[in-house]
Amino acid sequence: MTVLIERVRNALGPELAGPFAAFVAVMIVFGFAAPNFLSRATFGSVAFQLPELGLLTLAMLLPILTGGLNLAITFTANMAGLTLAWVLQSQGGVDAGTGAFVLGSVLAIAVGALSGLIMGLVIAYTKAHPILVSLSMMIFLRGLGEFLTRGGDVSGIPGFLAPIGYGSIIGIPVPLLIFIACVLIWHVLLTRMKLGFNTYMIGSNIEATRYSGINTRKVQVLVYTLSGAMCAVAGIIMLARFNSVRVGHGESYLLITVLACFLGGVNPFGGFGRVIPVFVALVVLQLLSSGLNLMGASQHLATAVWGILMITVMILRWLAGRLKFLNTNRG
Amino acid sequence: MADQALDGAAPRPLLSLRNVNMTFGGVKALKNVSFEVLPGEVHCLAGENGSGKSTLIKVITGVYKPEAGAVIDYDGQSYSHMSPVTAQASGIQVIWQDLALFPEMTVAENIAFQTVIGRWPRLVNYAEMRRVAINALQRLGVAFDVDLALHHFPIAQRQIVAIARALVGEAKLVFMDEPTASLTQSETDYLLDIVRNLSASGVAVVFVSHRLAEVLEISSRVTVLRDGALVGVYPTKGLTQSRITELMTGKTFDYSVLHRDLSRSPAMLEVERLSRPGEFEDVSLTVRRGETLGITGLLGAGRTELALTLFGMRKPKSGSVVLDGKTVRFGSNRDAIAAGVAYLSEDRLSLGLIQPQAIADNMVIASLDKVLSGGFISSDRKRSLVNRWIRDLGVRIGKQDDAISTLSGGNQQRVAIAKWLATDPKLLILDAPTVGVDVGARAGIFEIVSKLADSGLAIILISDEVPEVYFNADRVLQMAQGRIVGEFTPGATTLQAIEEAVYA
Repeated sequence: MTVLIERVRNALGPELAGPFAAFVAVMIVFGFAAPNFLSRATFGSVAFQLPELGLLTLAMLLPILTGGLNLAITFTANMAGLTLAWVLQSQGGVDAGTGAFVLGSVLAIAVGALSGLIMGLVIAYTKAHPILVSLSMMIFLRGLGEFLTRGGDVSGIPGFLAPIGYGSIIGIPVPLLIFIACVLIWHVLLTRMKLGFNTYMIGSNIEATRYSGINTRKVQVLVYTLSGAMCAVAGIIMLARFNSVRVGHGESYLLITVLACFLGGVNPFGGFGRVIPVFVALVVLQLLSSGLNLMGASQHLATAVWGILMITVMILRWLAGRLKFLNTNRG
Repeated sequence: MADQALDGAAPRPLLSLRNVNMTFGGVKALKNVSFEVLPGEVHCLAGENGSGKSTLIKVITGVYKPEAGAVIDYDGQSYSHMSPVTAQASGIQVIWQDLALFPEMTVAENIAFQTVIGRWPRLVNYAEMRRVAINALQRLGVAFDVDLALHHFPIAQRQIVAIARALVGEAKLVFMDEPTASLTQSETDYLLDIVRNLSASGVAVVFVSHRLAEVLEISSRVTVLRDGALVGVYPTKGLTQSRITELMTGKTFDYSVLHRDLSRSPAMLEVERLSRPGEFEDVSLTVRRGETLGITGLLGAGRTELALTLFGMRKPKSGSVVLDGKTVRFGSNRDAIAAGVAYLSEDRLSLGLIQPQAIADNMVIASLDKVLSGGFISSDRKRSLVNRWIRDLGVRIGKQDDAISTLSGGNQQRVAIAKWLATDPKLLILDAPTVGVDVGARAGIFEIVSKLADSGLAIILISDEVPEVYFNADRVLQMAQGRIVGEFTPGATTLQAIEEAVYA
């Protein structure tokens, strides 16, 4: 029994305590403040909004764990969405078949992965700072996308794509299912696979990792490639939800993904952080905005509250750290 | 002691502590310690990590307040405790190991910034700062370009900048915490000269060092602490390195050379005329199965460069390497590890181990394939592998998931050795394996090394401390300026002869 508890605790980890506490706090506060908060409708809206931000956050998480950053996530997602949209258009637009969708999705993921691959290669070989490299990629993709779409929308998507954006299987929204699947893949990657292990090690000390016989360049290239591929998944879901793609869509998510990682206990300098706490942090953020929405607050206020929440979390962490420090000092 | 120090009348001590007790969370860090420094003497404070040296310094400098009953007599005044402000104002200065300097600022700013802080008008007088800095450096008998940013200077000269800064504060008593830890021999000699100048000008210096040879060279008296208690105060004359070690650890060590003739053992590594111009040239050597080959020489002699080349991290320009009968040409250290070469880095803190990460992860990082099961990391396999090495090498840890940085230097080094043994090496290169490891724990490390050699491993032991290779290697090569310039057999050649050859 104690072994079981120990195992559960190990699986959850200490990073989960903060996000989980925030989750409980949000549930209690809004449960009282907004009478209809604890309803199917709230959870429905959270379940449909969560995946976009969530998938982009997963794409941000891997580079952050290596001590880097991928600022090109939203435009990579747009580019991948555009790729799929064009393939569908060239195969008959609204009348395109599932074959075109499969081909388009594969190409979309390839485009996303390519964007990551290029960043990864540049970062690994030139040792340029990931912020600068991904910033360059971001403006390149934005410019290219706006040039190709002339700043407009690309629409004309076959009807069978709608369920990917809006459908449910046994009551669970399809985008949520896709997101949860991606969360699990990332969780397994980071906890059970060599690549994940090496990702953490690189994040703490890349030179010591190289001295230990790890091909650090390969790890960096793979991390950014996977990040790009995950952006593409987000791009495909965004296409299905909005029935169109526009370059710049979801741009405001960029910095929220970084904050969601930190709210989930990820070390901003790399080396530490787990997927599940980040997932819980994302749920908290969505619940917060849905709750405020229910109370009649504007979406802009919700964003402001996110900011306050982050700052509060930083202060609480500092306090917790001080308490621990005092305790150990007292022995 | 005092009668030994000077003829006739005992000089009044500059500093005299009695009845100093300190307790941290139930652990007695200092037990009724007394300590005395004479004006202008060089006094060495010796003891292993955790023996209370730092705590004692912090009591004297006012960082910690000792328990009631303590008496601190300093420069004619009596205190029950010091405060940092009083200590500084009355001329007590500490040069911590990390120096606490500003690398981006100029030498003048580093030395003299305290003189301009808090003065009115709140403007910085750079000409005054330069003058103060040049004066302080002159007192030490050196002349640096004070307008150059500090990071242009090697570590030894930064050390001198830190000393100069202490002198600006009109020091009477200077504590130096491990000042030579990152210096080469010639830099150390230079620093020791500075310390002598300082002492001759009437400043008392308390010297804390792991390197016992220096302690014997520089100090007139040695105070030894063990487990927070005073062992005794000894005049340096008549002490030996091994005697100090015994006093510090409370154990007697068996200092004897290995005396193994392995000339008939098959060769594990044969290096023929290996060169990397600018780093090392024309290096030929053989290491046999079960043999420990020592390589010594000054820093910059090309030892680490040679090791990194054997480890595949640098490519030789010419020459050949034969490992276990096969000619090898490594494209990276991954090839070298696969072929059975392991390299324990001289820089444990930034290259050898990943300090913030878990003990277990550090141990398996180089041999992760062994804990895979169906392509996934098996936490059970990892756990049992780690447990095995912890047991075999006697590593003392709390939990496997604790950060490696929570361990002592000796235990960290055991983990680093385990990390490489887990790769099943044929050749283990140990580059300065005892840097930052307590004297007592060093013996433990070498016990492991000797067992490994007995099991048939070929070992290259690199160290700039000649006694270390002398007592722990079967043969000793001396490197200088990138070449092998001498070969010695411990026992057949005396330690002194090798030291003279190296430091000549």
